[in-house]
Amino acid sequence: MRRLVTDTLIIAERNLIRLPRTPELFIGYTVQPIMFVLLFRYVLGGAIRTPGYSYVEFLIPGIIVQNAAFAGFATALGLNEDTRKGLIDRFRSLPMSRAAVLGGRTLADVATNALSITILLVTAVIIGFSFRVGFPLAAAGVALLLLFGYAFSWFLAFLGLSVSSPETVNSLGFISVFPLTFISSAFVPVASMPSGLRQFAEVNPFTIVVDAMRHLWLGAPAHNNVWAAFAWSLVIVAVFAPLAVRRYRRAAGR
Amino acid sequence: MSSPAAIEVSGVVKRFGDVVALDGVDLLARHGEVVALLGPNGAGKTTLVRVLATLLEPDAGTAQVLGLDVCREAAAVRERIGLAGQYAAVDENLTGLENLTMVGRLYGARRTEAKARGHELLERFDLLDAAGRPTKTYSGGMRRRLDLAAALVARPPVLFLDEPTTGLDPRSRLSLWAVIEGLVAEGTTVLLTTQYLDEADRLADTIAVIDRGRLIAEGTSDDLKDRLGGERLEIHLDVDADPAAAVRALAPMSDELPTPVDGLLRVNVRERAGAIVEAVRRLSEAGVGVEDLALRRPTLDDVFLALTGHGAEADADEAEQERAA
Repeated sequence: MRRLVTDTLIIAERNLIRLPRTPELFIGYTVQPIMFVLLFRYVLGGAIRTPGYSYVEFLIPGIIVQNAAFAGFATALGLNEDTRKGLIDRFRSLPMSRAAVLGGRTLADVATNALSITILLVTAVIIGFSFRVGFPLAAAGVALLLLFGYAFSWFLAFLGLSVSSPETVNSLGFISVFPLTFISSAFVPVASMPSGLRQFAEVNPFTIVVDAMRHLWLGAPAHNNVWAAFAWSLVIVAVFAPLAVRRYRRAAGR
Repeated sequence: MSSPAAIEVSGVVKRFGDVVALDGVDLLARHGEVVALLGPNGAGKTTLVRVLATLLEPDAGTAQVLGLDVCREAAAVRERIGLAGQYAAVDENLTGLENLTMVGRLYGARRTEAKARGHELLERFDLLDAAGRPTKTYSGGMRRRLDLAAALVARPPVLFLDEPTTGLDPRSRLSLWAVIEGLVAEGTTVLLTTQYLDEADRLADTIAVIDRGRLIAEGTSDDLKDRLGGERLEIHLDVDADPAAAVRALAPMSDELPTPVDGLLRVNVRERAGAIVEAVRRLSEAGVGVEDLALRRPTLDDVFLALTGHGAEADADEAEQERAA
């Protein structure tokens, strides 16, 4: 157990050291989220009606959830590359914890996600966003974001270990994540969608997490969504962590 | 308790779908021995290394490293082995020193110990100048040396090297050979795979020839060459010399009658010592003119051709073309 903790931290450190050394990755975590916030706010925002809230207020909790889900792409791509280059073979031939390579990766994602959240919140405040709640609820919202992003990293870890090339990781990742985030309450009110989509959007875990964020940050009515959002995150970890570890044990370099 | 062999493989079978990668392989390496697995691409060499390095479980048979079963006692095996692969498995974004320190810590060493060991290895592998540079700036030979250094971090008594010099330029190859010879001198048991006959010839005590998942021959380089009939004398006769006279003159030196082909006479001699002098004397006494005369040993290439019916390098070239296509 102690081995699992120390090995996980060593691998997390390895994945964070690389961040400032790979500018393209760094830009992905910083400039890209800012760009999306500005595009939605100023290009689409004027045409979207969000009763009770300004569009900035409505948008920020949504786009920040989408961003948390995308933080795990570094894990999917990184594990895929490590497998192809034989690094996974090296790790698997070492007397280290079997879960640490994935645990360290996903833990590093939490740190990069925290970085993106900070940058997004600073941007949000500059363009007019403000919390309508006290500090404890705002902090609970950040905790939910980190947990949900962490859970999604396990899904993406599984994806990265399951397919053969980084191109496939990219296309499968986008095909699965984009519709999930767009057919949800993240960018527009669900009530504005046609009936088939609306029913999907209402049960979509992204809607549940986004609504929970709006409750925690804006005091919007949440029903049971806050608990459901934490529960969904834990379920995603419970399903995909064992699947990813199983893939890892069988991973083979070329 | 009798000292177990360093590596003992018996009846190992591994299938991938319909493809039988290993088809009942037996192999033994004594402590401190260098065994080369020689074979073309796709022969099953890498699969066997992966089984021994606990990366793959065999479908049948058993494999032991230092008396420990690679499936049931995998964790204990991992503490005692080093693996350096065909693809330099180092993190490109970390420096040479960071790579080695990370591996040392994953073996359970403290950060300061791991760093000190990393320094020591970088010095030994002539990488100290590049210690602080990300490895993506390293040349192919430097990466391969760092990869080997990473395999040696925990001073493993058994080392697996999967095609350690494939794709390296001749100078990097020579320097890597020298490093491997140094390790062997310290008593490390090495199993290396190669498709290069000269590499097996130079480094290995025992050569195991593998083809299509089966071991087809095993022995020292000399054993294998002797199977082709030992030394061979090749004599180019003068244009106007009488081949029949030459055959009569040389017959007592060999167990079989030499056969002349286009003025070239091949004689499988019994004794290497003095063979040239004796042949020259006998031919000059018989009045047979000689243009050229040489004593030749069969190469491992000849061995491979004789054992498998196809050359070793030819297959490798085909595989490389496939990869390029």
